[in-house]
Amino acid sequence: MPTAKEIRASGAAPLVEMKNISIAFGGIKAVDDVSVDLYPGEVVGLLGHNGAGKSTLIKVLSGAYQKDEGEIFINGQQVEITNPRDARANNIETIYQTLALADNLDADSNLFLGRELVTPLGLVDDAAMEAECRNIMGRLNPNFQKFNEPVSALSGGQRQSVAIARAVYFNARILIMDEPTAALGPHETQMVADLIQQLKAQGIGIFLIDHDVHSVMELCDRASVMKNGQLVGTVDIADVTDDDLLSMIILGKNPTEGAEG
Amino acid sequence: MTDSSAQPVPEKDEGNLLQKLELDTRLLGMIGALIILCIGFNFFTDGRFLTPRNFFNLTIQTVSVAIMACGMVFVIVNRHIDLSVGALLATTSAVMAMLQVEILPGILGLGHPMIWVIAVIAGLLVGTLIGAFQGWMVGYLTIPAFIVTLGGFLVWRNVAWYLTSGQTKGPLDQTFLMFGGTNGTLGTTWSWIFAALAIVGALYALWNGRRAKASHGFPVKPIWAEVTLSAIIVAAIVGFIATLNAYTIPIRRLERMFQERGETMPEGLVVGYGLPISVLILILVAVAMAIVAKRTRFGRYIYATGGNPDAAELSGINTRWLTVKIFALMGFLCALSAVIASARLSNHGNDIGTLDELRVIAAAVIGGTALAGGFGTIYGAIIGALIMQSLQSGMAMVGVDAPFQNIVVGTVLVLAVYIDIVYRKSVGAK
Ligand SMILES: Nc1ncnc2c1ncn2[C@@H]1O[C@H](COP(=O)(O)OP(=O)(O)OP(=O)(O)O)[C@@H](O)[C@H]1O
Ligand SMILES: [Mg+2]
Repeated sequence: MPTAKEIRASGAAPLVEMKNISIAFGGIKAVDDVSVDLYPGEVVGLLGHNGAGKSTLIKVLSGAYQKDEGEIFINGQQVEITNPRDARANNIETIYQTLALADNLDADSNLFLGRELVTPLGLVDDAAMEAECRNIMGRLNPNFQKFNEPVSALSGGQRQSVAIARAVYFNARILIMDEPTAALGPHETQMVADLIQQLKAQGIGIFLIDHDVHSVMELCDRASVMKNGQLVGTVDIADVTDDDLLSMIILGKNPTEGAEG
Repeated sequence: MTDSSAQPVPEKDEGNLLQKLELDTRLLGMIGALIILCIGFNFFTDGRFLTPRNFFNLTIQTVSVAIMACGMVFVIVNRHIDLSVGALLATTSAVMAMLQVEILPGILGLGHPMIWVIAVIAGLLVGTLIGAFQGWMVGYLTIPAFIVTLGGFLVWRNVAWYLTSGQTKGPLDQTFLMFGGTNGTLGTTWSWIFAALAIVGALYALWNGRRAKASHGFPVKPIWAEVTLSAIIVAAIVGFIATLNAYTIPIRRLERMFQERGETMPEGLVVGYGLPISVLILILVAVAMAIVAKRTRFGRYIYATGGNPDAAELSGINTRWLTVKIFALMGFLCALSAVIASARLSNHGNDIGTLDELRVIAAAVIGGTALAGGFGTIYGAIIGALIMQSLQSGMAMVGVDAPFQNIVVGTVLVLAVYIDIVYRKSVGAK
């Protein structure tokens, strides 16, 4: 299987292309004319200071926000994503920074929220969903046991693993992870890193938002850096150092101007 | 990816008797409160409270509020409120009364068998449409439900007034009156048949739940617990029907019924009322709503949206359309309650349903529905309605002065919510 880099070099259409995306909240341009792309089997890091517009950008892709301007292409086809259902229909799955869990429901209800398994009579099949949930949790987090309690009773990390399970269960082609390891311990963070490698090997494209430059250097193929809603630049991780990335984030300068594209 | 502090949960075979039976402690608490209340009133009324007759009356008086309370659970769980239910009941009742008394007899002829059918269908339709309209304003125009239904409270109460010019409309259709309670009961035989069906249904549901769990290898209750639970359910159903059957039709009334049919009454005949049709409707509504809440996507989405509206939206749930459906269902149930309430009174009065919004909300809230959304059960709302009605009738029977009756009901409402908060804290839920 060709690597993401080879696919990119071959000039094939990217898995996702977000072109000249802009979105404003009451006069403030949260995302200002940003273009990013993603190839199959590739992890693209999104970096930037707090409030740079990273979450807002990916929420345009996940259907949570509607862009004011710009275009989105999936496999070269222009698509309109106006709500989360459209995104799911395009096999885009998202782990939100806020996790987006219904706290009063248990893990399996959250895992299948909006896509419940049903019995032949059309009734929600809780037993089957719990069984599936136990399956995937067994792979993601073998220690997870609280299947019948509302997720409000879970620890931050446990909640995060429910959100991760939800994103990977449904055979995503495009995965958006907004600070997926923010609440995780070191061991669990390593498990997510392993998971990302696995998913990548399956040809899934991943947008990864992470504040930790080291893990971005380790996990990502490319990184796009944002500052004040604008794109500073997109770089090949192989071509840059930690310090280059840091200076892009902090100073907003692109040290390898022209290295990309 | 777990907190290493939260390690495997202990095995199932721990816990006391109640935990083994997997009974809901909240349910037990509410039933306990209701029983204490009944025993207390029985003591103060020298045994007049716990009689088949009073039990029968209590059930038929509770039906209208209880049916609406089922809908209110969904509304409140979804983080909304509906202050217009009493007024909506009045409007739908007015529509049905006008059709039965003024309009349809002129078209079809007095006493035509289709009159009640058309009236009921029209009433249910009007209720559903008005509910949907209010839901649309809440969901799509994003006007707070409090405001929409406060407006609706004024509008529909006075639409009802306008429709009937403020007059009492009656008498209602004879068949229609069967929905009222006393005038329409199943009789003892059919009541026992219903009991048998209910027992079969309940046991089947229990067994089916157990099988579903077992088929995925999940732990199930020990057999003795299952048997005990079944026995409790059977006893409850049999006791309920036996009590309603034990209330016999007064001799005088029975004689009149025979006279109307031109027959003479056999000497020493005793006929029990049995299950009122209105109570049967409540039971069917409650079972249906409980299934909707627990076992359908619609119900799951109501609870998810109440727990976290953003999460529901991000999961692809169309929360606006959901709101329309919830309010439409509420409107439908208001109309159904209007059928029962106006049939019980045997005419449509201008003040029908007055203060019902408060009773309905109180029933849902006493039954453990959290106004913050996300939590609430159908059975809780029904027990809540029963508690409210028992309080009201009990105090009337004891002879408590009218102002004190309402003072007590108001106090109980606040107290019940406080107890619920304490309970939730103690079990660690939010
Ligand atoms: N729903 C909203 N309404 C108004 N302003 C918003 C909204 N969402 C985001 N913003 C604003 O848009 C800007 C970008 O926010 P965003 O959440 O995308 O930042 P971020 O890069 O994800 O930051 P962080 O690293 O803290 O998660 C911020 O100035 C924020 O205040
Ligand atoms: Mg963010």
